[in-house]
Amino acid sequence: MSDRPTNVLIVGVGGQGVILVSKVLTEVCQARGLAVKQSEVHGMAKRGGAVFSHVRFGREIWSPTIAQGEADVLLALEWAEGLRWLGHLSRAGTLIADTRRIVPLAACLDRSWGAQPAYPRRSPEDLLAGIANGFAIDATGIAMDLGNARVANTVVLGALSAVLGQPAEDWQPVLARNVPPKTVEVNHAAFARGRAWIESRPEPRPAASPPARQPVGATAPMNGVRLVITESWCKGCDICVKMCPERCLALNGAQVVELSDAGACTGCRVCEWLCPDFAITVDRGGQEPRA
Amino acid sequence: MHEQPSLEAAGRNEAPALRVMSGNEAIARGAWEAGVKVAAAYPGTPSTEILENIATYPAEDVEAQWATNEKVSVDVAIGASFAGARALAAMKHVGLNVAADAFMSQTYIGAHGGLVLVVCDDPGIHSSQNAQDTRLLCRLANAPVLEPADAQEALDFTRLAFDLSERFDTPVVVRGTTLLSHTRSQVRVGARKARETLGFSEDREKNVMTPTNARKRHPLLLEREAKLRAYFEEADITRWEQGSADFGVITVGTAYSYVREVAPTASILKLAGSYPLPEETIGRFCRSVGRVLVVEELEPVVETEIRAMGIAVAGKDCISRIGELSPDVVRDGLARAGFIAPAAKPEPLPGTEVVRPPVLCAGCSHVSTYMALRALDVRVAGDIGCYTLAATPPLLAIDTVVSMGSSIANAVGMAKAGTERPVVATIGDSTFLHAGIPALIDAVYNQADITVLLLDNHVTAMTGGQDHPGTGRTLRGADTHRVDYAELARACGVEWVETVDSYDLGALHRTVREAVQFKGVALVISDRPCVLDPVKIKGPAFTVLAADCTACQACLNIGCPSITWGDERYDGHYKAQIDDGCIGCTLCAQICPTGAIQLAQS
Ligand SMILES: Cc1ncc(C[n+]2csc(CCOP(=O)(O)OP(=O)(O)O)c2C)c(N)n1
Ligand code: SF4
Ligand code: SF4
Repeated sequence: MSDRPTNVLIVGVGGQGVILVSKVLTEVCQARGLAVKQSEVHGMAKRGGAVFSHVRFGREIWSPTIAQGEADVLLALEWAEGLRWLGHLSRAGTLIADTRRIVPLAACLDRSWGAQPAYPRRSPEDLLAGIANGFAIDATGIAMDLGNARVANTVVLGALSAVLGQPAEDWQPVLARNVPPKTVEVNHAAFARGRAWIESRPEPRPAASPPARQPVGATAPMNGVRLVITESWCKGCDICVKMCPERCLALNGAQVVELSDAGACTGCRVCEWLCPDFAITVDRGGQEPRA
Repeated sequence: MHEQPSLEAAGRNEAPALRVMSGNEAIARGAWEAGVKVAAAYPGTPSTEILENIATYPAEDVEAQWATNEKVSVDVAIGASFAGARALAAMKHVGLNVAADAFMSQTYIGAHGGLVLVVCDDPGIHSSQNAQDTRLLCRLANAPVLEPADAQEALDFTRLAFDLSERFDTPVVVRGTTLLSHTRSQVRVGARKARETLGFSEDREKNVMTPTNARKRHPLLLEREAKLRAYFEEADITRWEQGSADFGVITVGTAYSYVREVAPTASILKLAGSYPLPEETIGRFCRSVGRVLVVEELEPVVETEIRAMGIAVAGKDCISRIGELSPDVVRDGLARAGFIAPAAKPEPLPGTEVVRPPVLCAGCSHVSTYMALRALDVRVAGDIGCYTLAATPPLLAIDTVVSMGSSIANAVGMAKAGTERPVVATIGDSTFLHAGIPALIDAVYNQADITVLLLDNHVTAMTGGQDHPGTGRTLRGADTHRVDYAELARACGVEWVETVDSYDLGALHRTVREAVQFKGVALVISDRPCVLDPVKIKGPAFTVLAADCTACQACLNIGCPSITWGDERYDGHYKAQIDDGCIGCTLCAQICPTGAIQLAQS
């Protein structure tokens, strides 16, 4: 083998099994008598944050982490995480990405009218066009087909074993050692499916696009919104103030409701519907969504 | 009396076995091989797994225990050292601040049984409140510090640290970083060297730090420094690797691996640690090469000392003081110093940033507390734990977070200074035991008008679910006394104490409101186990009935990661959807104004 180490960068989201994949790879390398270093950052992984693990193996390994543009394989268990780390992939490298999208809560915080999730919109077709060797695999779909969505990481591991050109026999016992005893069988099946997926060389530009969200309304922010408050009907019960999802209402000195934070109002109408005395109407100034 | 400490000293005669180990596993192994008898720690990323791993060795070999805080852990280790046993305390970098008082005096006392502090820095601030450089505290304490570069050295240096501690009569610090702790690589392990106890250290002049004794110990400290310096001049762990005569690199710790990676032909002086420095060797090295660059992570500790020796070196002018080193950073630094040609790399493939901050778990029992506080419009002094995430969107319910245990006294200060809103401190159970109790006593004593919310999720969750004195279980899983917080608070003089189920939003809201209205110190214990540790909790899941959802997105303001936007929209906004991560805490169903959130049909 060459003196240059092989660099595999494994990325995903907390709970997906990034660490399992890198552990198995590390132990396989160790069993084959190679020097290996595997480093991971998982401080906040349990809290649903991004997780990544660098695995380097070869004759002699120094740095525990992979430099930009030097990953021979980028293994992404989640679509957007693959996009995040693309800069680490070598121009001649191989991307294996599960097309599964995990849209984080943080992508759903924009309350303006017509807002879209803050999640990369790049499709597999677009992405793979710019990459030497790219595989967009619906690993989660395959895993669900096997009856356990959680083995998606093992499907991807199987694909990795094929890309690295190493015999399956080297991997199976290590995999079996590292998964709960009850799941050995389904993990072996998932591994085989992932491996077969690469070996059968499916269309390099697969049609398995993740479902892209179609914008259905105008994306203009809600600005023309006006709250019409009939002060004499308000008895200061506080219901709207407490229930407003954006907390933009308050009772004034006269115990009558007022819009205290106009910028935060999304025009959601909860106050209008909940007011027992019909004291609030939300006027959108004729603005209505197209769909 | 002691044998010459060296890497060959212990264990190597056994058949060497190569194992893949993380730095933390290797540190635990090194301590066990060195015959450590007592080990204590308070958890903290990235150091937590050290004690967890020590606890995997037989209980006959080593007492391994969680301490209530880092000062306690260091004091326990010091006590064991007095009694003649080898002892270890492990902590994250900021933990040494908590233990600093004991540490700074113990360096005057020294060590009877080998005394080792393992301190793990977090230069990239992956999971901490700052990026302080432990080496500066070691310098301040005149305590020798060893800085392993990889897992093998983590094992070797830890074992060696016990020998050095006894030979030079000093606590020894093994300083790691996140990447040392969490990188796995092959390690040659050895055998355990069983040790007879040395017996109690009968020496009051040495062990009682009165001013008179301390004044006598102070010059000995400096003598010890000279002896240690001489040791590092000779020892095989100060490594001179001859390469190019044009330029040389002086490096230490994990930085060494990056230097070897990007400048394989350089002359390298690899130091074992940053204090005390082998000045003579450094001088010779610098004279042997054209120019010298110092490569170290964070602060210019070694660089400053070398400059003080009157030697011109490059260092932080070429490599940032901020953040973790990486092959890219070190390569750029060497290029900036003119040692190598700038990397001729093709443009990296264009990536796309994704926002994926850490979030509270689905069903986390902390959430409701902060929803109640938001509704009450109070000032919230926060603390450190999973619940710190309530300061981030969408909850935005915490105003300040400083350090472990700060919340209660911060609240006292806020209330005394006078604010327009009532003041509430929120603090986790583990954090309360760590440093919250003295502040609670202070609040009562000084008649502060504050509310304290004790977020009792029955575990130290943030660091991965460790036990503590409030769980009634020890590190090795044995049953033990369980602290009763309400009793404890009453004994401190808190007159208003209520316990409430965190999942009962209405009751929680009422209780917190009453507590805030109470004049004086009120304590609300918000009580529900963490859904992740020690057991994963999973109840019947909820679902959003899309037909009833008006897309008001009130449920999205909880910050439950299982609730995101669905595909359908209503009136310009996406309706909510709940994924299979739901554990059935019922919170979203309690707040949905249209009753659209219902138990999923199984
Ligand atoms: C001095 C110090 N020691 C340790 C830590 C690491 N640490 C951060 S949060 C935390 C524990 C929090 O536990 P708890 O207060 O029970 O809150 P939870 O995470 O369970 O919500 C620890 C140990 C730290 N940040 N600072
Ligand atoms: S680990 Fe426990 S305390 Fe931390 S966010 Fe999850 S449920 Fe909450
Ligand atoms: S019940 Fe609601 S808030 Fe609770 S875990 Fe499920 S989706 Fe999240």
